[in-house]
Amino acid sequence: MVKDQEFLKSKASYCLDLAKKMGATDASVTVGHSISETVNFRNKSLEASDRSDGLALSIETYLGKRRSSISSSNLLDENIKTLIEKCLETTKITPEDEFNSLPDKNLLAKHISSLNLYDETRFENDKKIKYLKDLEESASTDSQIINTESSFTENKSNFILANSDGFCDGYKTSSFAASCVTVAKDENSMERDYEFSSKRHLSDIKQAIDLGNKAAKQTIRKLSPKKIGSEKISIIFDKRISKGMLSAFASAISASAIARGTSFLKDKIDQQVFANSINIIDKPDIIKGMGSQNFDSEGVNSNTLQLIENGILKNYLVDTYNGKKLNLKSNGRSGGTTNLYFEKGNISYEDLMKKNSRSLYITETIGHGSNLVTGDYSVGATGFLVEDGEFKYPVNEITIAGNFKDMFKNIILANDLEFEYSVNSPTMMIEGMTVAGK
Amino acid sequence: MNNFFNKSDLTRQDADKIVSETLNNCDDGELYLEESKSESILLDDNKIKSSNYSSDLGFGFRAISDEVVAYSYSNEISKDSLKNSSENLKSTLKSIKGTYNHEIPKSNKKFYEDINPIEQKTLDSKLEVLNKVNDFLRKKDGSVKQVTASFAGEQKSIEIIRSGGEALTDVRPLIRFNVSVMLEKNGRKETGVYGIGGRQSYDDYLKNDNWKNVCEEAFRIASVNLESKPAPAGEMKVVLGPGWPAILIHEAIGHGLEGDFNRKKTSAFHDLMGEKVASEGVTIVDDGTIDNRRGSLTIDDEGTPTERTVLIENGILKNFMQDRHNARLMNTRSTGSGRRENYRHIVLPRMRNTMMLSGNQTQDEMIKSVDKGIFAVSFGGGQVDITSGKFVFNCTEAYEINNGKIGSPIKGATLIGDGPSILKEVSMVGNDMMLDPGIGTCGKAGQGVPVGVAQPSILIDKMTVGGTKL
Repeated sequence: MVKDQEFLKSKASYCLDLAKKMGATDASVTVGHSISETVNFRNKSLEASDRSDGLALSIETYLGKRRSSISSSNLLDENIKTLIEKCLETTKITPEDEFNSLPDKNLLAKHISSLNLYDETRFENDKKIKYLKDLEESASTDSQIINTESSFTENKSNFILANSDGFCDGYKTSSFAASCVTVAKDENSMERDYEFSSKRHLSDIKQAIDLGNKAAKQTIRKLSPKKIGSEKISIIFDKRISKGMLSAFASAISASAIARGTSFLKDKIDQQVFANSINIIDKPDIIKGMGSQNFDSEGVNSNTLQLIENGILKNYLVDTYNGKKLNLKSNGRSGGTTNLYFEKGNISYEDLMKKNSRSLYITETIGHGSNLVTGDYSVGATGFLVEDGEFKYPVNEITIAGNFKDMFKNIILANDLEFEYSVNSPTMMIEGMTVAGK
Repeated sequence: MNNFFNKSDLTRQDADKIVSETLNNCDDGELYLEESKSESILLDDNKIKSSNYSSDLGFGFRAISDEVVAYSYSNEISKDSLKNSSENLKSTLKSIKGTYNHEIPKSNKKFYEDINPIEQKTLDSKLEVLNKVNDFLRKKDGSVKQVTASFAGEQKSIEIIRSGGEALTDVRPLIRFNVSVMLEKNGRKETGVYGIGGRQSYDDYLKNDNWKNVCEEAFRIASVNLESKPAPAGEMKVVLGPGWPAILIHEAIGHGLEGDFNRKKTSAFHDLMGEKVASEGVTIVDDGTIDNRRGSLTIDDEGTPTERTVLIENGILKNFMQDRHNARLMNTRSTGSGRRENYRHIVLPRMRNTMMLSGNQTQDEMIKSVDKGIFAVSFGGGQVDITSGKFVFNCTEAYEINNGKIGSPIKGATLIGDGPSILKEVSMVGNDMMLDPGIGTCGKAGQGVPVGVAQPSILIDKMTVGGTKL
């Protein structure tokens, strides 16, 4: 069983009291416990099983405007004492920083509403095994599938965040995740693809059979790919790739990137950065949401934020420290976005596919090709050539490149938004990007 | 030497007993105990932004029967906790009928000292270096708009207890010093990053004001990029500089030669043993035995002494990299490549220091032979799809080559290629092999481990450059 609130609270207040007694002017503590169990399958038999049980503690101590932190997995009182001593010693010689402080008291979360983020159901390993058997059975019906690997992970966590201004709260969360990776082979090629489902509640996980079928189908259609020539072409991003654009956007509007001046979106508040039709929202209070939270990692209340309204940048993601630097109040985004999504567009998936007589549909990108300082984007890609709305043949060993500043202004979104993950996007089209191939 | 038992109700004898009892009839397995102490100190935006110290202690208990690996970890070293783990492993491996292999090769060579780098330099003197870096760069040029500098240090002590009471230990120091600078000129912003590190004390790397050289290099890369033009798009010749660009070898070839993917036949290389996979003159080794290098290990995380494994010899595929589990299932021996990020993770076959050895041509000859292509000097990260063999990496410093001459710098572009065929496109191998500066971390299955790379300059006849200029 995951440790209860009382246990974590007692550890947290022990740390706070000790830190104060030893001279800290302020302190904040996070204590967490997490248990996770994973079963791995390969080619329809058990491959591995893994159980982890871990406590984690992190403490920040302040001496006026001086601050430093420590973390440990060892929660014995004697060890905690040594660590806090060490932390305070370090704090003493760390230079002052005028922006260091606990969050403003009046911004701290006061009412914790239930977001239904914890499902106490225990999915025994035998049941995980049964689920994975069914999954791999359905994934390997086609003889071109030569390898299947799948896993099921169940996680239960609990935490308490406490600070010397009296904040002390936390809550349990759970997650269940099933995933499947399949390898297919024909005379010309060997390809891999995947499918997964990750939810707060066990009953919301996709059916094993559907997951396996989908992974297999997505893999087989990639066989015998061709390389295309270098050209400018409109690109359609599958949902699993288009949500990555949102993540890149979120990194570029974090208060830390803005305060440091290392973002291509610095000083763009109230300016047009996306096409007129685009709205981007970060909503922390979705029931059972994968990214939902009652407060951020500093205890600050977080409300729904409209980040982009009709293409115009309305908000940065602000934490206490960088907020002070920028003269902005924290909006509860220390730790980043919560449930981030593009509002759906008004064209159907089918119409988007047919919008141009020829386009490139991307299902996977590889490489770390996003430069958030300049906005330059260049990644390796895999996908399909689309003609008249139909997949013609698979394509690989190409790159796609552009600059976010231009790409964002040319986004067209389909109306197929679904809330599956903590970041969600409809299918997306961007015109005028460069493909490098032959 | 660490004593994992002096603050616990668990004695060494108890541990031996539980381990032997649990692993009875298993094919392999061990108790892995680990304590790590680490620090990170960051200067950013003119200030010491953070100084963090962490300590971590825990065990991972593994039992293997045939193809099934059962694993359980905890950060509480106690009799109860170990017994719980043992029960857990036994319940996973319902019918066990293996033969425990007691053979672990022995070596008394050590490739680094038992030091704690964190304690060997005072916090004050670390802060002083970071502040000097900030002042030095900001005074150097008005275009410097942002400076980030950091120290990261770690000492990791491990003990591996095998069935029958055999114990193997190692103490591993690791440090890294990094500088990143952002320049702004005429409305353009570019960054340059450089770092150094390895398994010695900070001062071994920072003597003679060596931090200045790190600053100069980061500044130089950023300055070059301020002048960069859009990169070309399409297939062309690529000259790679020596040293760090060997992450191409790591991504394109290295991962595909790890034992697990080949046992599962999901690597594009699984049926190519003994065959020609590279041009003549191309020899690639994976070496865990170079003194004080970031990727070196005295013993791997299963207790096997590391070695210099020849992967490709003169173009022919010779060996895969193996941990004990995959080696046993493939009827071969471990190459000392079994690694894990920490006690929370299972062992996987991983790279150590992956190196292409020198040939006898010069970089000059390579550049002169290219009509139209690019010269890539430094890279950011890379990634590979093991199954299709396609890999990418991102240039952080590159130039056009026109008619045998190096031209303008070009913007960061992704290069993409095909692992099994790329080394056949290598038409010249330089005489200037160089090790990287000691900054690499390799990610696999969610686990990061420190690695090194090395190579001479090489000429690749055909590769796709992912720029925007058609």
